[in-house]
Amino acid sequence: MDLSFSKEDLAFRDEVREFLQNSLPPDVKDRCDRGLHPTREGQIRWQKILHEKGWMAPNWPKEYGGTGWSITQKYIAAHEFGQASAPIATPFGVSMVGPVIYTFGNQEQKDQYLPRILASEDWWCQGYSEPGSGSDLASLQTKAVRDGDDYIVNGQKIWTSYAHYADMIFCLVRTDPKAKQQEGISFLLIDMKTPGITVKPIYGIDKENSLNEVFFEDVRVPVKNRIGEENKGWTYAKFLLGNERTGIARVARSKRQVVRVREIAAAEMSGGRPLIEDPDFIAKLTRIEVDLMALEYTELRMLSMLANGKKLSAEPSLLKIRGTEIQQRLTELMVESLGMYGAPYEPERDYAGRNDIHPGPDYAHGPMAEHLYLRAATIYGGSNEIQRNIVSKMVLGL
Amino acid sequence: MDFELSDEQGMLKDSVERFVKDNYSSEARAKLADSEAGFSEDHWKMMAELGWLGMPFAEEVGGFGGGAVETAIMMECMGRGLVLEPFLATVILGGGLVTEAGSADQIEAIIPAVIEGNMKLAFAYAEPKSRFDLNNVETTASKSGDGYVLNGHKSVVYHGTAADKIIVSARTSGNAMDEDGISLFLVDNGASGLTRRDYRTVDGQRAADFTLENLKVGADALLGVEGKAYPVIEKVVERAIGALCAEAVGAMQQANEITNEYIKERKQFGVPIGKFQVLQHRMVDMYMEAEQSKSMSDMVAMKLSLEDEKERKRAVAAAKAQVGKAAKFVGQQSIQLHGGMGMTDEYSIGHYFKRLTTIEMLFGNTDYHFKKFAELSA
Repeated sequence: MDLSFSKEDLAFRDEVREFLQNSLPPDVKDRCDRGLHPTREGQIRWQKILHEKGWMAPNWPKEYGGTGWSITQKYIAAHEFGQASAPIATPFGVSMVGPVIYTFGNQEQKDQYLPRILASEDWWCQGYSEPGSGSDLASLQTKAVRDGDDYIVNGQKIWTSYAHYADMIFCLVRTDPKAKQQEGISFLLIDMKTPGITVKPIYGIDKENSLNEVFFEDVRVPVKNRIGEENKGWTYAKFLLGNERTGIARVARSKRQVVRVREIAAAEMSGGRPLIEDPDFIAKLTRIEVDLMALEYTELRMLSMLANGKKLSAEPSLLKIRGTEIQQRLTELMVESLGMYGAPYEPERDYAGRNDIHPGPDYAHGPMAEHLYLRAATIYGGSNEIQRNIVSKMVLGL
Repeated sequence: MDFELSDEQGMLKDSVERFVKDNYSSEARAKLADSEAGFSEDHWKMMAELGWLGMPFAEEVGGFGGGAVETAIMMECMGRGLVLEPFLATVILGGGLVTEAGSADQIEAIIPAVIEGNMKLAFAYAEPKSRFDLNNVETTASKSGDGYVLNGHKSVVYHGTAADKIIVSARTSGNAMDEDGISLFLVDNGASGLTRRDYRTVDGQRAADFTLENLKVGADALLGVEGKAYPVIEKVVERAIGALCAEAVGAMQQANEITNEYIKERKQFGVPIGKFQVLQHRMVDMYMEAEQSKSMSDMVAMKLSLEDEKERKRAVAAAKAQVGKAAKFVGQQSIQLHGGMGMTDEYSIGHYFKRLTTIEMLFGNTDYHFKKFAELSA
């Protein structure tokens, strides 16, 4: 057992730090630090800079354009990105569909899609949830019927993050309605420009449009856009969900949030002294910090197991559960720390063309928006209740 | 960065695991806990023969030169069986103080005997009013001729009954709460002027309160530099906290496994109660608390050797806070999930609950360490 960094690791840390200092656009950093949704343009501009540096896909195998970083280097990079409020690449392409393509896709699919993900030429979105299929994902109804070299897709997806930005969608569709639920599903890659696709915005409790409904009406999708075998899509879908859980702890971001809470609480006054000196406030922050530290070392312990060739079953669900709980507790505390200036709130588009800024101190712009959006954290990616079911079954055998 | 055990560490783990499996069935432990001494001299000899009592000591004095990681490995295994022998009191606390503060003569006189299993130690630091503050020392040691005269009251000294020598913290100058002016003394158990009251503790172990009345000791009883013992005490207690965290992790993991098995077997309404989602989710929360504690225990074992005092202390406070919180939750919920069975003295789970309850309070409870962590983070 050893927690120390080698000289090479420290040099790597300096390299990451310097790169972020010099290359992260200030406007992108500012939105990320405040916890606001990225703009499409800003996110792509930043991802192209990452791609040029060769750092777009730390988790991919080197042969497909991964960085070849060790576990320790990945940890260092994540930590530095978090500290600098540098956005990570949007997950739908590089973290979700990318690994599915290089693991289960054919050569043509790898050649066609992987370089475009790395170069941010395609913005991907995820067509999983449906109005009647949330936590019970395998009950999905969107169907694809074979017609020559095409599938004809009909149905509806919902809660599709950034579908209004997307060039491509990966979709779970039912190809065999007679088979048992999990066995009649296929995994399709669909061009969002295909006729018959309609995207309708959903405005969230944060009054922003990050979520959407996606409608499919007689959408023709070439059979060659199917990943792997017909009716085996559930296998690929589960693989993807497993991948999704490992990055979801967001420890580095939460560590940055602790610093922001401390900064705000040092500036805010309560009972004639800085809020940060209020014992009740500090007790709450301290408990979150200790939980976060334990989570950080749990994540490292799991990464270390993986690096030593051990297999994990549902242990990463713990990272998802605790990580999202901590994210929510931190934004809640951040909003609390603002006092009355937690209340002023208007969606960003209402500021467009107006010559004013958010009322109150500068740091008051952001926390409530993130607090609202992050209520979804314990719901998305498999709700925390579903994660507990998974651990109960897979780890505890109940 | 690596959390894996080396081959040697893996062998140590196997060996302690085997000892616990062979000697610490729930019935065997209950019998030992009820015996006169509260632990087994045979086990103690076995531990000496296996080299465990010498694990953390330097090779020059006959030890194996192990560190906090080796200690944690052993304590975690011992926690699984709720081992009763005074390993923490003698080897980690007593042995730690002697090697950190002692003169060459004192080390030579004590450590080899400890390693061979021929001498037991206990550390008398707490007092009726000190609560968890190691610097709150009202027991006095005044110079008298070549030696000192000690007066005061030392409370809840774990394994104070079995120890051959008691290491007493006493004030040679300053006021209660001063960090400066605290000294350590080696006192023979049974020395005249030392009155001992033996009792059992709720976790099945043994402890004692000591009254010191004009207890005379020679100059050679002073352990370390007069008045400068506080940093040594802090350092050794940090190691003891690391060891306790590991013990708690073992105890929590075992308690969780026992409970998990129980809810798979216990049937109500025609099904195993483990089929009820409310119990499944509770069990998952218990599992997560134990895992988070394991991560903190490993972390602190690796950080105990850090030179950076602030980071080391922060790690210790965070680990004990997490472990304390988890120990209460896992212990209490283990009883809850067992229903009436969890309330019986005969069944093992209650004993895990009780040891986890005392670990939470030893060397500072959860609130104490959260506060400490907050001070160190400000």
